[in-house]
Amino acid sequence: MATRQTQSLAAIMRAPAIILLLIWMVVPLGMTLYFSFLNYNLLNPANTSWAGFFNYRYFYTDPAFFQSVWNTLVLVLGVLLITVVGGIAIALLIDQPMFGQGIVRILVISPFFVMPPVAALVWKNMIMNPSYGVFADIAHFFGVDPVDWFAQYPLFAIIIIVAWQWLPFATLILLTSLQSLDGEQKEAAEMDGAGFMSRFIYLTLPHMARAITVVILIQTIFLLGVYAEILVTTNGGPGYASTNLVFLIYRAARLNFDIGGGAAGGIIAVVLANFVAFFLMRAVGKNLD
Amino acid sequence: MARAVTTRTKAINTAVAWTVALVIFFPILYTIITSLKTESEAIAGFNLIPSFTIESYIAVQTQNDYFKPFMNSVILAIGSTILALIVGIPAAWAMAFSPTRRTKDILMWMLSTKMMPAVAVLVPIYLIFLRTGLMDTRIGLTVMLMLINLPIVIWMLYTYFREIPGEILEAARMDGASLWNEIVYILTPMAIPGIASTALLNIILAWNESFWTIQLTTTNAAPLTAFIASFSSPQGLFWAKLSAASTLAIAPILIMGWFSQKQLVRGLTFGAVK
Repeated sequence: MATRQTQSLAAIMRAPAIILLLIWMVVPLGMTLYFSFLNYNLLNPANTSWAGFFNYRYFYTDPAFFQSVWNTLVLVLGVLLITVVGGIAIALLIDQPMFGQGIVRILVISPFFVMPPVAALVWKNMIMNPSYGVFADIAHFFGVDPVDWFAQYPLFAIIIIVAWQWLPFATLILLTSLQSLDGEQKEAAEMDGAGFMSRFIYLTLPHMARAITVVILIQTIFLLGVYAEILVTTNGGPGYASTNLVFLIYRAARLNFDIGGGAAGGIIAVVLANFVAFFLMRAVGKNLD
Repeated sequence: MARAVTTRTKAINTAVAWTVALVIFFPILYTIITSLKTESEAIAGFNLIPSFTIESYIAVQTQNDYFKPFMNSVILAIGSTILALIVGIPAAWAMAFSPTRRTKDILMWMLSTKMMPAVAVLVPIYLIFLRTGLMDTRIGLTVMLMLINLPIVIWMLYTYFREIPGEILEAARMDGASLWNEIVYILTPMAIPGIASTALLNIILAWNESFWTIQLTTTNAAPLTAFIASFSSPQGLFWAKLSAASTLAIAPILIMGWFSQKQLVRGLTFGAVK
């Protein structure tokens, strides 16, 4: 149908976006790969030399590396568990008939729009502060000692903050999926005497399966990159207790000026992210046809 | 649904849902309340009734020049959105209306660029910004934000454009309209809502982006994310002032977000959930 003229015009219209993204993908990543094989420190740039796999070995044998990979996994899985389970529960709740549904929805999704530094600082100061925070007030009310969250359970505290930010996302997507469920099917199941649990397991959950997959995969991409929340609360500490891979690389590259080490860490992060990306692309790709 | 619901069930639902919603919303609510307290009230223990003073709002402006990072946020969010639309609209348009055999592959590849962890290119981007003098400039950061959101913009526009019926196009072509005429007179009016939704989502994402905005700025180009993050030390900013700065930082986006719930689902799931 399309004439040759419109086709060449279409090619010209596509070109800027493709070229930009191609440059954006190839050039920095190529540079990272190159730097990862160099001894290159910004404090001593004159002494730059070929390092072979030294940076990778260095990263790999550093105990902080395994701790940061472990912390990354705990952070991602912890937040996923809270947001998916909580998101399903809250979506089911909001889907019920009630007064002021629209306002409830707005209140529940609000945390998603709060920028990470604000979210983290509000939780750190006003909620979790061991002397003045709301949690401390609640602890005093019950006569127990308040918890010093960021000293005693730093990673868990960050998981709570990040989960608070992402719970609305999971809820919103799962609610959207839930509302597309055919009402007649639900009624038919009810008339056949199916209880709440069996309706949930055999009807609602399978219907939401796709949305749940999407929530898990998209959140994982963003959760692998958590940074600002750690920066403003624990700064990765105490020790490396709340350092994830992103923060470890940031520390190497920006605080220790170790360009080679930071680049090697970056390549490791790419490999990790690709595992997730592979599955996400398959799930989303099906929707294109 | 035709199901009859007793008032009692509805009342219970309402009570439970409102309780959950208020607990989730509480940190935001408490930030707003604290912003209206005096500094001594702010650390005087749990108290939901402030003295409704706006002294903290005045203080963040007079002491910390709040207007500067706020304007940087506005410029970065809107600037990167306009850039992304300029590049994204023609691309999405071409792929939606003149698809080739490779269109699907191109779209998937664009999506894959979004999977690249930002930290993987921290080192080269940081060095490039240092060497070229882009560090701490609004123009450099605007381009960065445009690049990281471009895949989402193109995808979202593409899913909207695909919903425009092709018959209208064919009718126009039969009447001898050129592609340019089709775009300007027929399709653009139909595409405006989709473009507006895409712009809205992009502004939200750019406003809240907190990796590059912190890494690539110091003072001149620092938007609100970097400004607020710089107050992470306890002695940095008192709570009432921090709350005032935070309230102002999240208010515009919170309100925009409330109006864009549906688009958000679509944009963030790359059209996989509608």
